Amino acid sequence: MAILLSEDFTFIVQGITGREAVNLTKECLDYGSKVVGGVTPGRKGREVHGVPVFDTVEQAVENHGGPIDGSVVTVPPAFAKDAVFEAIENGIKLIVVVTERIPRRDVAQMVELADLRGARIIGPNCLGLIAPGICKMGGIGGPAKDAAKAYQPGRVGVMSRSGGMTTEISSSLTAAGLGVSTAISIGGDAIIGSTYAELMPLFEADEQTEGIVIYTEPGGRMEAELVDWRERNDSRLPIVAFMAGKFMDDEEMRGMSFGHAGTIVEGKEDSATEKIARLEAAGIPVVERIDEIPDRVKELLGVAA
Amino acid sequence: MRFYEYESRRIVERAGIPVTQYGFCTTPEEARAAAERIGGPTVIKSQVLTGGRMKAGGVRFADTPDEAAEHAAAILDLEINGHRPVGVLVDPKAEVEQEYYAAVLWDGRAKRPMMLFSDMGGIDIEQVAEEHPEHVGRGHLSNLLPISDFQAKEVVARVGLTGSELNRATAVLARLARLQRDWDMTLAEINPLARLSDGSFVALDAHMEMENEAVFRHRKALEELGVDLSDPREQYEPSEFERNVKAIDAADHRGVIQGKDHGFHGNLGLVIGAGGGSLTLTDAVRAQGGKPANYSEIGGNPSVAKAKGLAMEVLKKEGVDKIAVMMSIVSNTRVDIVARGVIKACLELGKDPAETIAIFRIPGAWEEEGYKILDRYGVEYCDRSVSMWEAAGRAVAKIQGGGASANGEAS
Amino acid sequence: MSVRVDDVFIGIELTDEAARDPELARRLEEACPVDIFKATDSGAEIVRENVDECVLCGLCLDAAPPGAVTVHKLYDETTLAR
Repeated sequence: MAILLSEDFTFIVQGITGREAVNLTKECLDYGSKVVGGVTPGRKGREVHGVPVFDTVEQAVENHGGPIDGSVVTVPPAFAKDAVFEAIENGIKLIVVVTERIPRRDVAQMVELADLRGARIIGPNCLGLIAPGICKMGGIGGPAKDAAKAYQPGRVGVMSRSGGMTTEISSSLTAAGLGVSTAISIGGDAIIGSTYAELMPLFEADEQTEGIVIYTEPGGRMEAELVDWRERNDSRLPIVAFMAGKFMDDEEMRGMSFGHAGTIVEGKEDSATEKIARLEAAGIPVVERIDEIPDRVKELLGVAA
Repeated sequence: MRFYEYESRRIVERAGIPVTQYGFCTTPEEARAAAERIGGPTVIKSQVLTGGRMKAGGVRFADTPDEAAEHAAAILDLEINGHRPVGVLVDPKAEVEQEYYAAVLWDGRAKRPMMLFSDMGGIDIEQVAEEHPEHVGRGHLSNLLPISDFQAKEVVARVGLTGSELNRATAVLARLARLQRDWDMTLAEINPLARLSDGSFVALDAHMEMENEAVFRHRKALEELGVDLSDPREQYEPSEFERNVKAIDAADHRGVIQGKDHGFHGNLGLVIGAGGGSLTLTDAVRAQGGKPANYSEIGGNPSVAKAKGLAMEVLKKEGVDKIAVMMSIVSNTRVDIVARGVIKACLELGKDPAETIAIFRIPGAWEEEGYKILDRYGVEYCDRSVSMWEAAGRAVAKIQGGGASANGEAS
Repeated sequence: MSVRVDDVFIGIELTDEAARDPELARRLEEACPVDIFKATDSGAEIVRENVDECVLCGLCLDAAPPGAVTVHKLYDETTLAR
């Protein structure tokens, strides 16, 4: 079944004529995703790997002859908010924001408008999401054949603050025969459209998903939010967590951020040690080694190792 | 981006929040003139981007303009935690009746700015929140709607203020909220906010931090305020390694490399990536007894020259004679290009790649081609069937087994 | 006879005829994403410092007549040619 995506899922790419966007479009088409248009203001009439380019989202929707499900936004930081607003106001309900270094206020505005309109944002600063064998939305997993190698359909949902680690973890689940239901690169910024806790209800409702793996880092309060969600909801899904960046707890690393903008530790609660303690206390095991993930999942699912 | 106290003061003042009649001075003479203008006892404060000023002697009290000049001369010469002051702030010693706390900052969970107000100012707000929660008022703001005064009023009223105090504090907090939004501050804090004997409210100290990602849209306003945008405002002086890696990255638009070695004192050079992979691998090396000499990130498909540049900088660090080249599965960055870069770095430094590269673990795009290159030079490599943890462990074992590390840290 | 420049991993070879063709030089300069070829009035020059940046895309091979350009992979002693 998978979450958010389906066989018939249609999406556009905003900023489609950019170098990375051209690659991403090809990768998604090769994977079998339905990319029905692209938008770059002033480039109407062109094609990118056979995908028609428009000046506005409105034109793309009109050309498609009906609502478009999603958009991948790859425009530069200063224009990202406008692009996302344009997508939302044209009825698009799932927006993946790839762009890095968007100011927090802009992100918060996108998220608030999305909430008002019943739309959902994934990212920013993410690689998108993939439902193995069904649809790939964004650069996640890379070229179609690489994505197929790392992501086989299966029973585990993956959510990760790191795009690269989404693939690393999914690949190990695939190799272990567990496979992936849907994997989501949720983004590495301090404020993101969809947090672990906000995506959990979707996985909860997905029959294919039997367990969850999260990759997390210092900074932010997303894990506390996940713990609260679990306490309020009688979830059927076991969760295995991995925490990277424990070295950042060292005295000498205070106030520094590594890897992603969101790793900046703004209070004691944001540190790796505190987060691990909170997750463990809530019954969410945090594995020390990245390669323990598949076995830990098998254990919790009652699958023979 | 962090601001000096005097810059924060200017920003607050510009937002229409009352401040003292302060003076920013870069010479003792200017400090004397500022004290004369103030006319009364003054406080002379070092302008540095580091804590612990009071303890280090960077804050002194003066009764006369001459004394102010004397203190200014001493403070201007005083280095605090390795930071030289850019000047001193001369402030009147205010007659304070009551101290408050006002701040607006991001609440990541709510994804909205949050106002904070307390009638217990001057001390650590986290402590107040823990010990006296009823003395801290909070309120969230919409990102889309205009900020209304009543929202600030509600927060102030929540801690029990009424009368003219309520109205004056409301005006300050509402302006602070607009300042936080208009200037893209991650933190806009006034502590203490003082009520003076005449009932007026004055910001005695302000702490502002602007989001780095938003600086681009405030350049003009910052320049108007006299903020020097060429000052990197780092928490510490960048090392030669950090400066060199930054320069290599800036010189070539293909891909991204980063290098940090502040707080790293080991002997195993790390050429690793990308964001999350670097965090995971640094932990994995340390957990298995390894001592990283640095932290690094490779991403976005760098050129051979850029990968080479990073590896050379790591290898040039004192005490480093081996590097571990490791990444999580790559889909954009190419394995063969990175392999070429790191081998070239060894060759140009006159080192044997097979001896120097402890392990190469980058699976993914163009891996078959990469492995041919590594084979040719006898470099030990592994594919995705060897986990990041295991690869890190092999690198650590190699450097410890070798025993010949230059700084004798191998055991 | 030919013109050949080898760096550590990659060698680029042009037949003499190809190296002296200014029109081909222009096409090669345009085709190569890592600027290995520089067009001059008399033909193509191979830019040594960019040779190892070759991404094996084969666009130079497509831009030239068969046999005119050869890319040598020095690390496995194979070649790319058309």
